[in-house]
Amino acid sequence: MNNDPFIKIENLNFAYGSGDEMSRPILKNINLTVEKGSFVAVLGHNGSGKSTLAKLLNMIESPVSGKITIAGMDITDPEMTEEMMIEIRRKIGMVFQDPDDQLVATIVEEDVAFGPENLGIEPKEIRRRVDEALKTVGMEQYATHAPHQLSGGQKQRIAIAGIIAMMPECIIFDESTAMLDPTGRKDVMDTILRLNKEHGITVMTITHNMEEAVYADRVIVINEGEIVLDGTPKEVFGNVEKLHSFGLDVPQVTELFYELNLSKCRLPSDVLTEKEGADVIARMVL
Amino acid sequence: MITDITLGQFFPGQSVIHRLDPRTKILGAIFYIVIVFLAKNVFSFLLLVAFTLFLVLLSRISPKVVLKGLKPLIIIIVFTAILNLFGKKGETPLISFWIINIYPEGIRYAIMIIIRVVCMLAGTSVILSYTTSPTAITEGIERLLSPLAVLHLPVHDFAMMMTIALRFIPTLIDETDKIMKAQTARGVDFSSGSLIRRAKALIPILIPLLFSAFRHAKDLSIAMECRCYRAGKGMTHMTTHRFGLRDYLSALVMCAFCAAVVLLNKYAPGFSL
Repeated sequence: MNNDPFIKIENLNFAYGSGDEMSRPILKNINLTVEKGSFVAVLGHNGSGKSTLAKLLNMIESPVSGKITIAGMDITDPEMTEEMMIEIRRKIGMVFQDPDDQLVATIVEEDVAFGPENLGIEPKEIRRRVDEALKTVGMEQYATHAPHQLSGGQKQRIAIAGIIAMMPECIIFDESTAMLDPTGRKDVMDTILRLNKEHGITVMTITHNMEEAVYADRVIVINEGEIVLDGTPKEVFGNVEKLHSFGLDVPQVTELFYELNLSKCRLPSDVLTEKEGADVIARMVL
Repeated sequence: MITDITLGQFFPGQSVIHRLDPRTKILGAIFYIVIVFLAKNVFSFLLLVAFTLFLVLLSRISPKVVLKGLKPLIIIIVFTAILNLFGKKGETPLISFWIINIYPEGIRYAIMIIIRVVCMLAGTSVILSYTTSPTAITEGIERLLSPLAVLHLPVHDFAMMMTIALRFIPTLIDETDKIMKAQTARGVDFSSGSLIRRAKALIPILIPLLFSAFRHAKDLSIAMECRCYRAGKGMTHMTTHRFGLRDYLSALVMCAFCAAVVLLNKYAPGFSL
């Protein structure tokens, strides 16, 4: 069991509606495995089906055909009970784009407690988890504030704390930084990284921000419902032309080096961050 | 401009009132309002004022905050007082001027109304809204109404709806502000023209607002499902309140207060207001 991947998707197909009223396919023949403790970024432009993939993993939507196994549990089994569904939703937490649409209570700590309360956890244990979750996201001093007094980034960290309090094994971030300002984005990104590296939580970020995908161990590109690229960030972002054809950008430094190479420079194509780029240039100049 | 409406008037604290069971506080606030209207003469009114001050001190909420909370209602208080001042007819007018007659009864009534309204607002604020978090209030309502669940009334759903409604008031206010600015930029004029024209100008605000409220509802429901919400089935609470000595004692105090007001009404009738 332990060697099994945390998420295993086999021949997955999905479309909205059913029968004759079925829409065009949203996801086509997806095969994907995600290892426990890994950090996967899913890239794709709007309407590529990447958000739908997340909703399938969390049983918000169910597939037309194919099989999804999470931690050894077949979630596409028609005999799934409600208890099993709750267990899956506890294991895979979701953080969405708009923090306002995720917070339920009018006091921060009461909102963080919402998940564990739904799970029927003992009050004392809820209190402990809430305090710990708020500490993990660095928001413990705001425990008794009202969410509307907080900034977007802070609200998003509260939403993350609300998920952590359920003690999930995996968290899916569905465009969770898209609505935030640069500071908020950085705070949330740091939190995500810490959860992955220090707490061993499997992370899947769904994003079209390339700078974020750079932090992942693995980048998956979805275009028109199909996985078109899959590899380490360096491998994936090397395919600048391909990514452009899918309507996606590459990190700015990678783009710059790519353009320079077009004008007869000989620079590496797998440079992703400003720091790496600076090092490459420094080595050339010195 | 409209974004600075303060909501969630809750002030976290550790006073005796803060620590009461929300059920006690909800029932207490209702009982308190009844007592306010029972008071009839000078002595019972003095007791009422003293008790209200006692509650404010007990809640450890600064009297300044309580007074500030009364400020938006000054117009209503003054208006009802003036209405009573001129409206109440007695035998011999105190002041007679043109068609205006002010009777001593009118003055008494006006004073009484002011004291009643101020005591009622200040009292219920410190008993309930300033000292109880909105979630605790909804929890209290849910538990008070829980016997109705036997009749298959969706008590939990009502409580959840209230929590969410409270939570989304600031969000929707923000949104209204944004939409108003956007529509102003497009040339919608909200501040001039006839009443009908101004009412019509609200349509381009209300439609997008309604639309966005539905979008919020949809997204929130998905997020709630993801947080394992299943309409209160098997749900626990982080802070469960239980009736304790404190609650029984405060019930006793309220009853004693009520009895004192009634007795003062009865046995000190000479100073009836």
